[in-house]
Amino acid sequence: MFTVATVLNALELGFIYALVAMALFLSFRVLNIADMTTDGAFTLGCAVSATAAVAGHPFLGLPLAMLAGAAAGFITAFLQTKLAVPSILAGIITNTGLYTVNLAVMGFSSNVPMLKTKTVFTAAQSVFGESAPYKLIVAALVTVVVCALLIAFLGTRMGLSIRATGDNPDMVRASSINTAFTITVGLCIANAMTALSGAVLAQYQRSADINLGTGMVVIGLASLIIGETLFGRGGMWVKAVAAVAGSVIYRFIIALALRANVPSECLKLISAVIVALAIAAPALKAKADFRRRRANAQKGGARHA
Amino acid sequence: MLDLKNIGKTFNPGTVNEKVALENVNLHLDDGDFATIVGSNGAGKSTLFNAIAGEFIADTGMITLDGRDITFLPDFKRSKAIGRMFQDPLRGTAPHMTIEENLALAFLRASGHTSAFSRINKKDRELFAEKLSALGLGLEDRMKQPVGLLSGGQRQALTLLMATLVTPKLLLLDEHTAALDPGTADKVLELTKKIVAENHLTCLMITHNMHDALTLGNRTLMMDHGHIVLDISGGERAHTTVDGLLDRFAENVGHALDNDRILLSKEK
Repeated sequence: MFTVATVLNALELGFIYALVAMALFLSFRVLNIADMTTDGAFTLGCAVSATAAVAGHPFLGLPLAMLAGAAAGFITAFLQTKLAVPSILAGIITNTGLYTVNLAVMGFSSNVPMLKTKTVFTAAQSVFGESAPYKLIVAALVTVVVCALLIAFLGTRMGLSIRATGDNPDMVRASSINTAFTITVGLCIANAMTALSGAVLAQYQRSADINLGTGMVVIGLASLIIGETLFGRGGMWVKAVAAVAGSVIYRFIIALALRANVPSECLKLISAVIVALAIAAPALKAKADFRRRRANAQKGGARHA
Repeated sequence: MLDLKNIGKTFNPGTVNEKVALENVNLHLDDGDFATIVGSNGAGKSTLFNAIAGEFIADTGMITLDGRDITFLPDFKRSKAIGRMFQDPLRGTAPHMTIEENLALAFLRASGHTSAFSRINKKDRELFAEKLSALGLGLEDRMKQPVGLLSGGQRQALTLLMATLVTPKLLLLDEHTAALDPGTADKVLELTKKIVAENHLTCLMITHNMHDALTLGNRTLMMDHGHIVLDISGGERAHTTVDGLLDRFAENVGHALDNDRILLSKEK
């Protein structure tokens, strides 16, 4: 059904975008915050990484992108914890501001072409050789390392405090921990991961574009929810693997859609429908159960009458 | 130990919904005091606890705990020295985290215990298991299970353990057995007595059970309309009956106690 090239391509993109799914796992699932900074932070990562690569520093571009993403997360966290801006609005405000920042990072241009630029992928190519799946190695390596670090972090006392903040903030304060602090740390880490995803993607596809991040929060959520639905029950490790797997599966769905000649302009709509259905699934199921019970009861009632 | 001077709090000041919740409240607790608090509906009992715990900063007055002025200290800093339990068993624990993770968080109150990046180690686990087995609920064998699987009584017992795992200077109990069935409530109350006695805790407990109010601890406070209207201890308290207490309340404030839950539970 798929050629080797399409499979490789889906795996590569799946691993790269898995970082966004993991970031949303942290903000949306663990901290219980729908972080709208995601779109802008992703583009910010692209922009920083592309600009750094063009300047001859592809490797430095990745940590720089993470730092920039963390700064964006910090602003969103600051708005909601210190200035009492509702969390969704805080993300939207940061995201809006980031549009200008992202343009500025790219030298007030809407894209950065990097056709001849050295990237982490060209460096990997010279190490592993032309025939090795060097792109997949880089994408998988970055994602696996970052996910492993995140899971290890969530098991520390600081990580436990962040998890408890999304679960029961009252209890966190009762444990003498400042929830403003835990939310800030959580959002900084999440947006650093989102930006890293953008950073790797920009170097992968050899271009950065101001619109690359558009709809990223929905795509990340779609991946996260697909993974959770298929593999999600279990400890933190299982959940991390599920997010990565969800992201890969999402890329296969997209590849399949493209193969079925769905125009690429329609992909965002498909993503939106997937996410809406996936998040609505429990409610839809409850409704269906209720209808069935009522129908059965009415049938039963008629028999008794 | 605990000193409240002139504590006042008004909600929605200057509006039609203005409500004076606390007015000139003065209270002194000695080290090891265990005072019960009863009062009418809306008398300001929970508001008093919120003021002490730092959920809000009081409009007027000063709070000192163990010689330290905590009047303007935020809640999460006060919780280092103040343990607190609520009526709702869901408020004290994180449901999606395991018993051991919940305890590890509560243990963070021990100042300078470990770094932010340390993990739960064998020594911690042994300590948690030992403390859990003292509850007598078999929770020490379920440390890897999420707290959401526990019953209300089990969760409340766990919350009690968490509130006292690092010995607090002051323990605030806000009707912490009221949402439990009578058998479980008795058990949690027995545990409370045991833990308070063993650690010589200074403790304030809101209750609607007049019998408990007179027999638990060494002092009984009654509140009405944001004031402490009665404060009895020692021999005077020992000779007071439930009806006598209600009479004295009516005498002091000029109307009968109107807490429906107290009146409903009075007969038992």
